[in-house]
Amino acid sequence: MQVLLDNLPALLRGFRETLYLSAISAVFALVLGTLLAAMRVSPIPTLRAAGAAYVNIVRNTPLTLIFVFMLFGLPRLDLGVPPFQAAVLALGLYTAAFVCEAVRSGVNAVPVGQAEASRAIGLTFGNTLRLVILPQAIRSVLPPLGSIFIALTKNSAIAEFFGVSEATKVFDDLSRDNPDALYALFIGVAVGYVILTLSIAGAFRWLEARLVVLR
Amino acid sequence: MSAVLYDAPGPRTRRRVLVGTIVGGIVVVGIAVVAILRLANQGVFASKQWEPFTDPGVQRFLVRALWSTVKAALVAIALALVFGIVFAAGRLSDRAWLRVPAVVVIEFFRAVPLLLLILFLFLGFGDQLSPLGQAVGSQVPNAFGALVVGLMLYNGAVLAETFRAGIAAVPRGQSEAAYSIGLRKSQVMRMIQIPQAVRIMLPAIISQCVVALKDTALGFVIGYEELLRQGKIIYNTFGNIVPTALVIAAIYILINLALSSFATWLERRTRRRVGRALPPDVGVEIGRPVPAVAPASV
Repeated sequence: MQVLLDNLPALLRGFRETLYLSAISAVFALVLGTLLAAMRVSPIPTLRAAGAAYVNIVRNTPLTLIFVFMLFGLPRLDLGVPPFQAAVLALGLYTAAFVCEAVRSGVNAVPVGQAEASRAIGLTFGNTLRLVILPQAIRSVLPPLGSIFIALTKNSAIAEFFGVSEATKVFDDLSRDNPDALYALFIGVAVGYVILTLSIAGAFRWLEARLVVLR
Repeated sequence: MSAVLYDAPGPRTRRRVLVGTIVGGIVVVGIAVVAILRLANQGVFASKQWEPFTDPGVQRFLVRALWSTVKAALVAIALALVFGIVFAAGRLSDRAWLRVPAVVVIEFFRAVPLLLLILFLFLGFGDQLSPLGQAVGSQVPNAFGALVVGLMLYNGAVLAETFRAGIAAVPRGQSEAAYSIGLRKSQVMRMIQIPQAVRIMLPAIISQCVVALKDTALGFVIGYEELLRQGKIIYNTFGNIVPTALVIAAIYILINLALSSFATWLERRTRRRVGRALPPDVGVEIGRPVPAVAPASV
């Protein structure tokens, strides 16, 4: 217990880093994932195929492997970036595949009449998607999106091995220095993560209540 | 379904789609070409970088590493199934002193990062868990033990929720009818609900296997001799990280694609025959109860 109090500043710094890392990656994943979903429902076969290929490849690759590639592979291609940015890239690119599938299932859940009505008043595919379908689709998939972002926050722990000093890294360092306090440290950091994930779940429940599409 | 978003194309739209296809194709191919040129510039396609993979010794090394990965995944899934059954039974119990602890345990292990759990087990219980690794002949028995038990706790908690959703997806009339002919709760569960729930859950269980297989790569962090870790030895020896990463990614993708398409096939078949099935990606959703199953749309 004393260890937790003594190292409170370090732990809080770690969780702040976790929060930054997760938030920036989440925005990146949301934008890229929505773009990929739009590609996957578009009338253009090459874009559909490219979107499907991206999702199938990335979803079936271990995140740790993507981290290894971003951290150690990119420098070999003269594209090296600092650890934090590499972690954002890895988490964002990985999570985008899951966001894409969630948004796509939302697009499929929007009633057919919506798309038919948009076409009837002469909207193009892009306008139909942007003005009519996606706003409803994203609202209807808020629960799975919330789960995806919770998973993203938990996955950000992998960055600890790749030189980002987020919460799990702080746990790793502190528990190697204080082996006697391992249990207290684990419980403390775990509770921190539970608070973080419950807050995300709560935020999404609030969003859902405000934005839900009543049918 | 996507055909609803645009009309059956007329002549002008067909031209536009053709132009779009060409432009889209050029963009996609362009990105690929830039990436490939970049790789080529850095000598990634030099035969020297790929030569190690033609060496039978390196190939055997990779196969052994793959076997370590599969071993960890198999043991973890087997243990997770047991864990999931026990805790799902606890969660469905009528007795609060069984139900409440089960809920707390399930929610805790679903909310904590798997890597944090594995690190904790590795640092705190490495010695106690190494018999598990010795039993399967691992070179790093304590890492194997921590990895497998971590995977068991996380996937077991997710599976417990899946089992609960599967039981809940069996039509109410089934258990009502069973109770009305005088069966006890344990008999209803064992003879009526579980046999039907298993078929409904099978796709979701198989895709949880994909998740577990992917997560064995976390063994990289604690030094278990799985595919990615052994890949590190290869790329450190031959200085060919990009080819090694591509080869290893291809192995994971092939196995997981095969498993996922099996799960999708099974889901379609179950939906057709039983009328309902848990969607395969149900295990991906973390932090809230697994949704109830919608009846088949057809």
